[in-house]
Amino acid sequence: MKVLDQGVNPIFMDPDPDKAREFFRKKPRAMVDKRMTEKEVVEKLIPDGCYLGIGGFGANRIPTAVVHEILRARRKNLGFLGHTSTHDFELLCAGKCFNRLDAAYIVGLEARGLSPNARRYMESGEVKVTEWTNYSLAARLRAAAEGVSFGIVRSMLGTDTFKMSGAKVIECPFTGKKFAAVPALWPDVAVIHVHEADMYGNAVFKGISIADMELARAAKHLIITAERLVTNFTIRSNPTATSIPFYLVDAVVEVPYGSYPGNMPYLYFSDEEHLAAWMKAEKDPKEFEKFLDHYIYSVSCFEEYLERCGGLKKLKELQKLETLVEK
Amino acid sequence: MAPEYNMMEMMICVASRYLEDGKTVAVGTGAPCAAAMLSQKTQSPNLIILFEAGGISPMLPQMPISVGDSRTFFRAVMAAGMTEMMTTCCRGQVDYAFLGGAQIDKYGNINSTVVGDYYKPKVRFPGSGGANDFASFCWRTMIMTVHSKSRFVEKCEFVTSPGFLTGAGAREAAGLPEGGPYKIVTDLAVMGFDEKTRAMMIESLHPGVELDKVKAETGFELVVPKQVGRTAPPTEKELRILREEVDPLKLVIGRA
Repeated sequence: MKVLDQGVNPIFMDPDPDKAREFFRKKPRAMVDKRMTEKEVVEKLIPDGCYLGIGGFGANRIPTAVVHEILRARRKNLGFLGHTSTHDFELLCAGKCFNRLDAAYIVGLEARGLSPNARRYMESGEVKVTEWTNYSLAARLRAAAEGVSFGIVRSMLGTDTFKMSGAKVIECPFTGKKFAAVPALWPDVAVIHVHEADMYGNAVFKGISIADMELARAAKHLIITAERLVTNFTIRSNPTATSIPFYLVDAVVEVPYGSYPGNMPYLYFSDEEHLAAWMKAEKDPKEFEKFLDHYIYSVSCFEEYLERCGGLKKLKELQKLETLVEK
Repeated sequence: MAPEYNMMEMMICVASRYLEDGKTVAVGTGAPCAAAMLSQKTQSPNLIILFEAGGISPMLPQMPISVGDSRTFFRAVMAAGMTEMMTTCCRGQVDYAFLGGAQIDKYGNINSTVVGDYYKPKVRFPGSGGANDFASFCWRTMIMTVHSKSRFVEKCEFVTSPGFLTGAGAREAAGLPEGGPYKIVTDLAVMGFDEKTRAMMIESLHPGVELDKVKAETGFELVVPKQVGRTAPPTEKELRILREEVDPLKLVIGRA
């Protein structure tokens, strides 16, 4: 196949499907109790230097507890999948946890504005960045999930986003038309927050899936955090609802209100006051250090963070704000 | 007497009129979402709103904060995922998409990535997100932005999302499907693109705005046709629905 053009930036992960198959060949399939704490999963599955992906959509259905633990464990030199990332990205920038980044959407918090500290980190030149788009990153994950070495999209053609990517323009062997080939991406580890899971990792999330179906199937290791644990019988009573089967999953952490301060569809809305407090504190680096110490570094666990943010009273307010309610 | 309105209300009302009934539109948060909601409640009741994270045709209860928050799939026909939504664009079933950015150039290319050196940027912006995908695949790209010389530049420092690239024939040569920027709605005017050269062309001036003002706020030479129209101001009905039903909390229209 003829390569007509290529992006100049690095591909951080090996796109060889046979190496990935060799990994998955050895991945245990036993249906065993995989419950762990957020401390244990960071200790065992998220080492310094690994490549991390996070599910959800920035401040919607995100695994906040594990990200906080990554900061407290002072993880460094991670690779990061900057795909629809907002508050999760803001957190990892606060800890300067990563030094290489596949970027589709970073730095911003959508309608809320840009994170001043994430901007400072990204403008420092300390992070190696390769550009992509939301769809082309989803296509990279999809290719990985399919066990092939690249995906094909028509995104990025003709733009600087392509130039600063790691994609290649190829000619279609059937039509002669141009397409962008994007390399398969197998993250070392991904963390996805869901509504329910059993102790084996069978997981159910409700509402939009964003790119989590692809991410769950591309990641070599997968950590599930769940609003609540359910029995295996509950899962088997309604298998249509299962989004992620157990053999993809390495660890299950039960974290009620685990997407806070993000939105969790059907349960609670995002805490806009707290997210605004983050942006405000970030303006002044000294002030931000104190803020981080108060909300993350001096906190022993996620429950304590929830307490510091207003506890059950605040969480009940956020439940009232949620527009989606199950019958 | 003509009703009073601010520039954000003007932009939203004008943009809403371009969205035809029965078509599909991919929107973000803020003004584009307000324009699509207003259009549904005025001229286009069967306009189908899509969100890139997977919300398909919701009955929006209020303005979303995120394109992936709960509101984006409230009473939707489907809570899908990004692949479902983006492949719908890829195969040609999405008619309109709204984009914004830090810079826009005379061929409608958009920069939402960096200002300054890419490797040590003066300002780092979010990047493409889904914008490049939308600009590549949707039939008509709509842009809503404030009109200023620093934003309307001869050439974007970084082309995040494609307009007509370097002019006539460039999209096709790059391998992009037919499409590209359709209308640009600013606080001063509506712009389209010259059919032959694909360069940005003034179409209509908002009430009270003169051509010289638009030229002064544009960092390149706009194509000026023989006849430049006048944008119709927001009607009382549009303003009432926008203020009472679309954005009662003034999250967007309060920003003007």
